[in-house]
Amino acid sequence: MKLNEVVQRLNLEVKTCKENLDREVTGGYSSDLLSWVMAHANEGNIWVTVQSHQNIIAVAVLLNLSAIIIAEGVEVEDSVLQKAEEEGIPVLTSSAPVYQICGEMYQMGIKEGEV
Amino acid sequence: MNKNFLLKMSFDIEGNNFNAAGAASSEIKRKLKQIGLNSDVVRRAAVSAYEAEMNIVIHAYKGVLTVTVSPGEINILAEDEGPGIADIELAMKEGYSTASDDVREMGFGAGMGLPNMKKCSDKFEIKTELGVGTKVSMTIYY
Repeated sequence: MKLNEVVQRLNLEVKTCKENLDREVTGGYSSDLLSWVMAHANEGNIWVTVQSHQNIIAVAVLLNLSAIIIAEGVEVEDSVLQKAEEEGIPVLTSSAPVYQICGEMYQMGIKEGEV
Repeated sequence: MNKNFLLKMSFDIEGNNFNAAGAASSEIKRKLKQIGLNSDVVRRAAVSAYEAEMNIVIHAYKGVLTVTVSPGEINILAEDEGPGIADIELAMKEGYSTASDDVREMGFGAGMGLPNMKKCSDKFEIKTELGVGTKVSMTIYY
């Protein structure tokens, strides 16, 4: 499934890298512990979190994730968005809770993990 | 270590600078990809470098991250000036962390750093001296 479809179905706000939305999503992962994400998320996964500081971009770059969804209406600072833009990481936001976002993605057929 | 290295790079890491954190490991990943190493090897090296970099930012005053690529192996060396580790066995346990509450709120200090590094590397060595610093050496064969 393409990132674009996820954005539309979940009504996500695209904060950065609108040009990178035709990427294939390989699965989903959710955690707010960065080392946990480093250990378990896979390339091309969408990561759902409530963390919004600069370091989430580094995590996404290192793992080559397809996007970060920042949930629960958490605000993202401009410096973080700028970094994401530079690094080519789509940052998507939603006011919905993490649980709901994960549930909807799962129902759409986006399962966890495997590339 | 093999003297015929293909690539060597060093990065100064500043303790407590969370804005710059991750920059060194991102650069390391880029370079390793550029020289054509396979994606699993690059991923393991990137995760190891990231966790080592974050440990310096979280726990130490300052440190140096050095990556050396030789034929068949990548070595990542993290040397810091910092408090050292009182109980390495405990520090190696998943979930154990001495990070502050502030740092944990940012999603660090999950107690997964050292275990992640060990898991991602083929050879893992750690030396520490209380009040002086810590040295972690990780080797990944490719």
